[in-house]
Amino acid sequence: MGGVRVLVGTKKGAFILKSDGRRRDWEIEGPHFGGWEIYHVKGSPADLNRIYASQSSGWFGQVIQISNDGGKSWQPGGNQFAYDGQTGTHQWYDGTPHPWEFKRVWHLEPSLTDPDTVYAGVEDAALFRSKDGGKSWHELPGLRRHGSGAQWQPGAGGMCLHTILVDPGNPQRIFVAISSAGAFRTDDGGVTWKAINQGLRSEYIPDPNAEVGHCVHRIAMHRARPQVLYMQKHWDVMRSDNAGDSWREVSGNLPTDFGFPIDVHAHEPETIYVVPIKSDSEHFPPEGKLRVYRSRTGGDEWEPLTDGLPQKDCYVNVLRDAMAVDSLDSCGIYFGTTGGQVYASADAGDHWAPIARDLPAVLSVEVQTLP
Amino acid sequence: MIRITLPAHLRALARIEGEVSVEVEGEATQRSVLNAIEARYPELRGTIRDQATQQRRPFVRFFACEEDLSHESPDTPLPELVAKGVEPLWVVGAIAGG
Repeated sequence: MGGVRVLVGTKKGAFILKSDGRRRDWEIEGPHFGGWEIYHVKGSPADLNRIYASQSSGWFGQVIQISNDGGKSWQPGGNQFAYDGQTGTHQWYDGTPHPWEFKRVWHLEPSLTDPDTVYAGVEDAALFRSKDGGKSWHELPGLRRHGSGAQWQPGAGGMCLHTILVDPGNPQRIFVAISSAGAFRTDDGGVTWKAINQGLRSEYIPDPNAEVGHCVHRIAMHRARPQVLYMQKHWDVMRSDNAGDSWREVSGNLPTDFGFPIDVHAHEPETIYVVPIKSDSEHFPPEGKLRVYRSRTGGDEWEPLTDGLPQKDCYVNVLRDAMAVDSLDSCGIYFGTTGGQVYASADAGDHWAPIARDLPAVLSVEVQTLP
Repeated sequence: MIRITLPAHLRALARIEGEVSVEVEGEATQRSVLNAIEARYPELRGTIRDQATQQRRPFVRFFACEEDLSHESPDTPLPELVAKGVEPLWVVGAIAGG
């Protein structure tokens, strides 16, 4: 029947939630690294026992933790993230040039085929890679040296590279997203990059159709159709059918098209999920009703999923990396909230239940499907 | 032997119980003591001082003999009582927040 392991990063530690394939009864392990911010925990698709975690603190900086036994034990890895060569400058909040400064790792993306290869998306925005299981890290500097780099500017959460998607059929093709620069794609393994923001329209920047400057919150793809990308932008839910070369809005009948996460059903490439949030300053669900919206048409037409979710007085947020899906026959959907709840649905979103209720604020949720 | 007391989060990271004692080559300074600590516990590299610049992280402080040594040069000799192992060097996570 298999089972699942849900990897939860929170403001004060990491938690691992385990269940069998029925996904009714859950065991919570943790906190691991209590007191530290765990921006992201993700397992290697090539080795279910290999898990990487980004552990950071305003006091003590960045630590990378690595487990080789499915999260039972952990060893610190390398934590030196040195930008390659001259760092140059990006724009600061006031428009002045500001040197790139490493702050933390937002996202870890293990290779689909090699457990020792893992990418790290960092703030200030850059992409690093380790080929030795997290012991050492080297920047892929072509991204930061993209001609537009000097124009990038941090969003409210910092200038973070938060999304990394590797094309399952072509590992030379990688998509990344940066707040608030936009989306970028490499077709040569990270040597050169192209801004892929055509079709995005952002009223909060001087030129709403600019090449860069868009506050992309999250991008998702289905591994069987890597040329189709879905995006939750600061405002607007978008879709690309040509690997990001152009985008069109698919917000349709959503009650608000602001939000952070977006994800795709494991077996249905046109079934996607978002969590609408009221506005860019009101980071909570509209009307105090926590609703996941599902589209079975790849966007435009959306239905609210509410069964088991609080429909009164709920004012939590769901952050960009805090939604994931499993790949069991009946696809499971998971998301975590800033109120410390983790909700799960074992039937593609029709019914929900909290599988953890009182964790610290949830920063990220990932799932491993176990044999 | 130089005695060092580390903050709880760093003791947990390096799996240290209680104080740390290290031998240093030459004069006991912040730099030589941190070099010795990081050599024994590589997982602490970057958590007390920046790995590239070797500057103290902003919210880490160094106290000893009831004095704040945080703004001393890394190469200033530590107080004699610390150098002789009578008093520990305290590495402290600053109170920050509300």
